[in-house]
Amino acid sequence: MSPGSPRWLGPVMLLPAIVYVIGLVGVPFVLSFFYALGDVKVGSVGWHFVGLANFRSVLENPTFRHALSNSFVFTISSQILVLVGANVLALTLKDAFRGRRFLRFLILLPWVAPVSIGSIGWKWILDSLYSVINWVLVRLHLVKPLDVPMWLGQPTLAMISVILVHTWHIMPFATVILLAGWTAIPKDIPEAAAVDGAGYFRTLFQITLPMLLPIVNVALLFGIIFTFTDMTVVYILTRGGPYDTTQVLPSLAFFTGILGSDLAEGAAISLFLVPLLAAVAWLMLRTARRAEVT
Amino acid sequence: MAVVETRGLTKVFARGQVGAVLGVDLLSREGEFLVLLGPSGSGKTTLLRMIAGLEEPTSGEIRIGGVVVNALSPRERRIAMVFQSYALYPHLTVLGNIVFPLKAQGMPASEREKKAQWASGLLGIGHLLGRKPRELSGGERQRVALARAIVREPSVFLLDEPLSNLDAKLRASAREEIEQFQKKIGTTTIYVTHDQIEAMAMGDRIAVMNHGKVRQIGTPSEVYDDPADTFVATFLGSPPMNLVEIDGAVVGFRPEHLRPAGSAPSGGPSMSLRFRLGHEEYLGSERILYGTLGGGRFEGQKAVARLPSTHGRRLAPDEVAEFEISMRDLKFFDRASGTRSSPVPLS
Amino acid sequence: MSDGRPAGALERVLKRGILLAFSVALAFPFYWMAITSFKRTTDLYNLKNNPFLFSEPPTLEHLRLLLRETLFLRWFANTCFAGLLVAVITLALAMPAAYALARLTGRWGEQLGIAIFLTYLVPPTLLFIPLSRIVANLGLQDSIWAIVVVYPSFTIPFATWLLMGFFKAIPPELEDAAMVDGLTRFQAFVRMVVPISFSGIVTVVIFAFTLVTQEFVYALTFISSAAHQTVGVGVPIYLVRGDVYYWGSLMAACLIASLPIGILYNLFLDRFIAGFTVGSVK
Repeated sequence: MSPGSPRWLGPVMLLPAIVYVIGLVGVPFVLSFFYALGDVKVGSVGWHFVGLANFRSVLENPTFRHALSNSFVFTISSQILVLVGANVLALTLKDAFRGRRFLRFLILLPWVAPVSIGSIGWKWILDSLYSVINWVLVRLHLVKPLDVPMWLGQPTLAMISVILVHTWHIMPFATVILLAGWTAIPKDIPEAAAVDGAGYFRTLFQITLPMLLPIVNVALLFGIIFTFTDMTVVYILTRGGPYDTTQVLPSLAFFTGILGSDLAEGAAISLFLVPLLAAVAWLMLRTARRAEVT
Repeated sequence: MAVVETRGLTKVFARGQVGAVLGVDLLSREGEFLVLLGPSGSGKTTLLRMIAGLEEPTSGEIRIGGVVVNALSPRERRIAMVFQSYALYPHLTVLGNIVFPLKAQGMPASEREKKAQWASGLLGIGHLLGRKPRELSGGERQRVALARAIVREPSVFLLDEPLSNLDAKLRASAREEIEQFQKKIGTTTIYVTHDQIEAMAMGDRIAVMNHGKVRQIGTPSEVYDDPADTFVATFLGSPPMNLVEIDGAVVGFRPEHLRPAGSAPSGGPSMSLRFRLGHEEYLGSERILYGTLGGGRFEGQKAVARLPSTHGRRLAPDEVAEFEISMRDLKFFDRASGTRSSPVPLS
Repeated sequence: MSDGRPAGALERVLKRGILLAFSVALAFPFYWMAITSFKRTTDLYNLKNNPFLFSEPPTLEHLRLLLRETLFLRWFANTCFAGLLVAVITLALAMPAAYALARLTGRWGEQLGIAIFLTYLVPPTLLFIPLSRIVANLGLQDSIWAIVVVYPSFTIPFATWLLMGFFKAIPPELEDAAMVDGLTRFQAFVRMVVPISFSGIVTVVIFAFTLVTQEFVYALTFISSAAHQTVGVGVPIYLVRGDVYYWGSLMAACLIASLPIGILYNLFLDRFIAGFTVGSVK
């Protein structure tokens, strides 16, 4: 910024933002390590170092192990569904047509509406007594009236419901990103492939999809973060139930740390998010670097 | 090696007539370098794409090697195309790009290897095989595009303005490369461009197009010296042919044929005119003179003359000198339609 | 389609069909919110009735209940209040920072830009436990001010990144000319660059507002009494008596909370995307 400005201007303009972010992101981040390595509870005074005791007790807890596996299962399943769905959707949206704007509005709704609102909406749709889905299933004679699926009350179904709501919520976001990727492919590349003799599938798998890879990466990595670190869907749909079978790391951290007032153990649980976040951040930087070279 | 023929080929668009093709009859010759020349929107690219199979004609027939190909996909027509942007697959290496069409054909790996070596050797890009397109210069990318096209040994080559994305400096050498390349392999080539210099330099024959129709097709000297209408006459040649209206007829003559008296290059009977110089452009090897004519029916008409710099003395601004044009260099055009007509006596 | 030829009729029909199916699936919950909001309770909870039809005439009772007898309007006011302040704070801090980064030459700018982007990846569900302590220590617990203070921590990074892209797209010659005319760099920033970046500023404001509405974890953690809550937490948590949800009013609240944002986003989506791409294309 040197030409025409004092040397301190740049840093001074930057400082407030940096201080703010460090204060409210960096400091708590470091603090969470302290909590996890100590014995802090809500209302307690002082801090004593307990080493890895919290982590050990957390790892020995079957609920935690189940929550950890749930986090992975939910994230991987929903991302697979999102990737396939969003690609298909992006392809149908790629070429302009009348009414596209309105359909886009509809498609965006799950993402732009607050996730808590969308989740409570789904809770009503999946309600044990009044579920409209069950009503339709009964009418189509696919299930018996007395044997309707308990979408949020039965462990397997509850997990499926959570996965589907996550998928529903993330789909628009991924679609927008992938749509940008699809429209960025120059028209003459698939034409060249056609002239070169490639059929539909060869062009798709050997030419277009590889070209989409950087964008798919971005959508996937963001989607993983949003899903893995989300506690809202689980909290609202099932409160982690039935009997903690749908708990995920963030929701378990919340129940333990805030509702259970055990800040130390809550912090320890939430810190298990860090390895995944670090891996994702590293992958994103690698993708960004490669994309910039192109 | 095949002959490309179109009969009454037409393409109309719903969104208007720009780029449409209106009933084109074309017959290429074996092994020739045929240029489709015209301004943007003349339909030349649309015509090329229909021959390639990338655009479906509204009506008309396309034959390659005598076979009607309208229903065939691009791959089945055994054509190869070089796009304006080259359309190299960015995620594949140069080698990957070159063998892609062979893979699509199902050719076994050892044969692919041989063909790729042959094609890359032909274009001198053997040392680039491991690179990705983004690491190549414009000229290198063109060579890769050509290698990918030739590796399938197609019967027809189609090129869509491949030089337009290159730096002006690069264009001349890249142009020469394409010319030499085509002479070497001898495949029938159809080349689209809006640049008349490219067309004149490269083409065995030029098809001049405007508004969806072919105005004239002929050798460079035919379209230059014997234009079929005023469009062809003014599109080729820079500065364009002088067109002067005399008594309801249009007379044209090229700037290089308007010479100081006694030096008309074409010989034979000539017509004398006075020329008053307005201003002059010195281009190093030649001079462009902008001025006004005088004498008889040409009084007051603006004209442009073009003289080699080595020629005679310079004129001063506003000076009037005696100029002449050989009669055989005068071309006559019908005023209403613009087409060539027979000479009209001028006194 | 992939060989450049226009799509055949079958392909078009297939595409439309898929598109329609997706649109219905994605938008269905909102349609359902709308129907539920206007159905009488007796109709709603009658298992014999077809849920897709109004067996009794529609009613505005749920809406009335929501607006008159619940804290919904209070939550709405809290959210708007917080949204406005958060937007202002975000702009005040992100604009200078983005400008400094956009004009900062050398690798410093790049590195810091990436670092800023990375902080955006640190989730609330990691920080909320220590932050709950910090908020309590600052005396902000159970207050909307906790929101106002904490939210900029995640709006600022994204806003900085977005504005950085906008500023980079403005040719530096503009400020150079202003400085030749006698302004200092900072004055040039305030008087020349800021007015031009109006659309970027609007984008940031909209973004800050929507983030405040959509956030759940921090609001749930920091605010304990119903009256001080935001819409995003109040609606799913407090519209309940004991174990029973007021589904009619609840769905009405959901509709009101979702549609305006939806409309806003649809209008500004192209800008957001431009923000993304402008930020990455130097």
